[in-house]
Amino acid sequence: MSDWARVWPQLLEATWETLYMVGVSALLTVLLGIPLGILLTVTAPGALAPRPLLYRLLGLVVNLGRSLPFIILLVLVAPVTRGVVGTTIGSTAAIVPLTIGAVPFLARLVETSLREVASGKVEAALSMGARRRDVVRTVLLPEARPSLIAGTTVTVVALISYSAMAGAVGGGGLGDFAIRFGYQQFRTDITLLTVVLLLLIVQVLQWAGDHWARRLAHA
Amino acid sequence: MIDLHDVRKVFPARGRSGEVVAVDGVSLRVAAGEFAGVVGPSGSGKSTLVRLVNLLERPTSGSVTVDGRVLTELPDDEVRQARRSIGMVFQHFELLDSRTAAGNVEHPLELAGVGRAERRRRATELLDLVGLGERADAHPGQLSGGQKQRVAIARALAGRPKVLLCDEATSALDQASTTGVLELLRRVRAELGLTVLLITHEMAVVKAVCDSAVLLERGRVVDSGRLSEVLTREHSPLADALLPAPLTDADAGHGGVLLRVTVTDRTPETVVLQTLIGQLGLAVEVAGGSVETVAGGRYGRLLLRATGDLSRLDGALRGLRDDGVLIEPIPRDSGAVATAGADR
Ligand SMILES: Nc1ncnc2c1ncn2[C@@H]1O[C@H](COP(=O)(O)OP(=O)(O)OP(=O)(O)O)[C@@H](O)[C@H]1O
Ligand SMILES: [Mg+2]
Repeated sequence: MSDWARVWPQLLEATWETLYMVGVSALLTVLLGIPLGILLTVTAPGALAPRPLLYRLLGLVVNLGRSLPFIILLVLVAPVTRGVVGTTIGSTAAIVPLTIGAVPFLARLVETSLREVASGKVEAALSMGARRRDVVRTVLLPEARPSLIAGTTVTVVALISYSAMAGAVGGGGLGDFAIRFGYQQFRTDITLLTVVLLLLIVQVLQWAGDHWARRLAHA
Repeated sequence: MIDLHDVRKVFPARGRSGEVVAVDGVSLRVAAGEFAGVVGPSGSGKSTLVRLVNLLERPTSGSVTVDGRVLTELPDDEVRQARRSIGMVFQHFELLDSRTAAGNVEHPLELAGVGRAERRRRATELLDLVGLGERADAHPGQLSGGQKQRVAIARALAGRPKVLLCDEATSALDQASTTGVLELLRRVRAELGLTVLLITHEMAVVKAVCDSAVLLERGRVVDSGRLSEVLTREHSPLADALLPAPLTDADAGHGGVLLRVTVTDRTPETVVLQTLIGQLGLAVEVAGGSVETVAGGRYGRLLLRATGDLSRLDGALRGLRDDGVLIEPIPRDSGAVATAGADR
C-alpha cells in the first residue's frame, strides 16, 4: 500500500481537472444553450416570433449535434479546439468539445421546458401590453424555472460522463486517471475509488439541482 | 366605447382542416358604462370575438374601435399601449405560479414601467378592492378558484382600464364562487365606471349581470339588444335562450286551450288571469314556464291552459293584445309551432 502516497496527489489533481472541465463547460453551456433554446421556442411556427426557416435550420444543427456520438464529436471538433485553445491536449482543450456537445442537448431541454408554459399565460401577458421580450423575460423563463433547473442538472450530469471520455483522449481528469491507474495497471481498487468519486459528484449535483428546483416550484 | 364594424376573422386552412370563418361580419357597439354579454353555442366564435377587441387576434377585415381609437389602424407598438387600458380576464385565470398574488397584480404595472413603490401601493389597494388584502403573499397554488379569479380581476384593473373583457370568467368556478365573482364584477363596474364585455355560455350569468346581450351563432349576430327590451319581445332567439319557452308536448290531449303569455313589467300575468278567470269565468292552470327577475324587472314565459266556455275567448285575446299584452293561443294540431324555441 506504499504507492498510495504517490496516487493521492494525482487523484486530487484528476478530481480538480474534472471539476474544472465540467464547471467551465457547464457555465458556457448554460450561457449558450439557454439563449439557443429560447430562440428555438420563439421561432417555432405559431409561437411568439415565428421564423419557420430559421427554426428549421436551428433544429437541424441541434439535431446533428445531438445525434453525433460524443467520441466522434471529439475528433471532429479537434481543428476548432486547436484554433480556440491552441492545443487539443489538456483539460482546457477538452472544454471546447464538451461545450459543443452539451449546448444542443440543453437547448432542446430548454425548448421543451418553455413550450410547457401554458399559452394562456403568454396570452394574458400580451393582453397587458407586453412586448415579446417581456413575455420571455417575465413569463416564459420564470414560469419554467424549476424545469429549466432540472434540465440544466441533467445536462451537467451528462457533462461529467462526457468529461470522462474526453479525459481518456488527453483531457486529464478522473476518466483519464481511472484508465491510467485502474485499467492499465490492473488496480481495481483505484477504478472503484474513481467511480465512487464520480458518483459522489453526480449525487451532490443532482441533490442540489432537485432541491433548488423544488424550492422554486409553487404550483 | 367598443365599436366593431363588419368584423370578419378567417383562420387559414391548416393540414387537412379547411379554413374556418370564426367571426363572420359582426358589427357590435357597447356604450360607455354598459355591461354587455355575448352568448352562443360552443364554437360560435365568442372567444375569437372578444380577442378581436384587444387585437390579440387581428381581424381579417373590418375595424375595431375602442375608446375612440381605431385599433385596427394603429401600428403594433401603439396597439400594445392601447391594450394597457383594456383589462382582460380568462376562464383559467392565467396567473403566474412564479409570483405571489401581489406579484401577479404588479405584473402589468411592471410592464408599463411603474416604479416599485408605486406598484406595491397599487397592488395592495387592488387586492383590498377584490377582498384579498390578506392573501397578498399567497401563491396561486394556495388559492381557491374563486380567489384566483379575484386576483386576476385585480390584475386586469391594475392599469386603470376603461374596458374589461371577460372570456368565460366564471365557467371554471362552482356556484358560490361564480356568484361572488359576478358580484365583484358588478361592483367594480359601478365603482370604476367600467365598460364590460363578458363572454359566457351560461344564461344565468347574463341574467345576473348584463344590461345587454348579443346572441352569436356560427360567427354571426343572430339577435341582440338591451335585456329589458329583448325580453319583452314575443319572438326573439335571444329571449328564447334566456327564458326557455315551456315545452308543450306533454300537454297534448288534456282538453281546453293552451295560451302562451310573455310576461313583462308592464304586462304582468295578473292582467291575463283577471281577464280569463274574472271576466270569462274560465278555469286556468299553469302548464309550464317561469317568471324571473332580470335586470331589475320581472320577465317570463308562461304556458296557461284554459278550460270552460271558450266562446268569448277569441274576442278577449284580441282585446288583451290591443292593450299590449303578449298572449297567443297555441294551435292544437301544430306541435311544430308549440315547440318552436324549446330546442334552444
Ligand atoms: N387559432 C385558431 N386557429 C384555427 N381555428 C380556430 C382558432 N381559434 C378558433 N378557431 C375556430 O374558430 C371557431 C370559433 O372558435 P371560438 O373559440 O371563438 O368559439 P367559442 O364560441 O369561444 O367556443 P367555446 O364556447 O367552446 O369556447 C371554432 O370553429 C374554432 O375551431
Ligand atoms: Mg371560448
